[in-house]
Amino acid sequence: MTITATIRIQEADFDVAQEIAALSKGRTDVGAVVSFSGICRGSEQGEPIAALTLEHYPGMAEAEITRHADEALSRWPLRGLTVIHRFGRIAPGENIVLVVTASAHRQAAFEAAEFLMDYLKTNAPFWKREESARGTSWIEARDHDDAAAARWTKP
Amino acid sequence: MKLKYFAWVRERVGKAEEIVEPPAEVRTVGDLIGWLAARDDAYAYAFEKPTVIRAAIDHAHVKADAAISGAREIAFFPPMTGG
Repeated sequence: MTITATIRIQEADFDVAQEIAALSKGRTDVGAVVSFSGICRGSEQGEPIAALTLEHYPGMAEAEITRHADEALSRWPLRGLTVIHRFGRIAPGENIVLVVTASAHRQAAFEAAEFLMDYLKTNAPFWKREESARGTSWIEARDHDDAAAARWTKP
Repeated sequence: MKLKYFAWVRERVGKAEEIVEPPAEVRTVGDLIGWLAARDDAYAYAFEKPTVIRAAIDHAHVKADAAISGAREIAFFPPMTGG
């Protein structure tokens, strides 16, 4: 059975429970669903923030996420895969990103979800700008995110 | 070819995109960064640390040594911070 990933880049919020249900409802071949939700924190480096604004590269964002989703589908025996990434202004407590993986057994679902998040962090063309009382500034990339992505590289 | 800029690269350059026709000796992404940086102070500021700048040709990540011939769209941006 060929699985096609569902990938959405959108400004609107999404419903996590609905997305999980979409991969498991009415299915008897799915024994495990893993979901990761990335949520906007109310502070960065100890400083309160008012919101994040996510800029993205339309076209490349879809292409890059599709490429990694296809790699996940080829590396793990998944029965379903959904990736949603928001752009625009996002307030603390709101959703930013969602990865949902479905498989027969838990290991594939856990690993594929972690692989995708690690790559989204370092390779998907999105940039976060924070708004705080001191104005706005671009959030800097973190070395440990590069290290997290690098561990999935095949020897 | 069309150039696109994102995040602080876009802010420093002062525009989101433009069409350029670099001379023939500008063969790689690294050459293009050098050529742009020499244009004026805004570009020089945007590309002051070339090793920090990431690039993509036609929606795929590339390194500084990638050839630009045949490229339709080249984008420059800082390290990504999505997810």
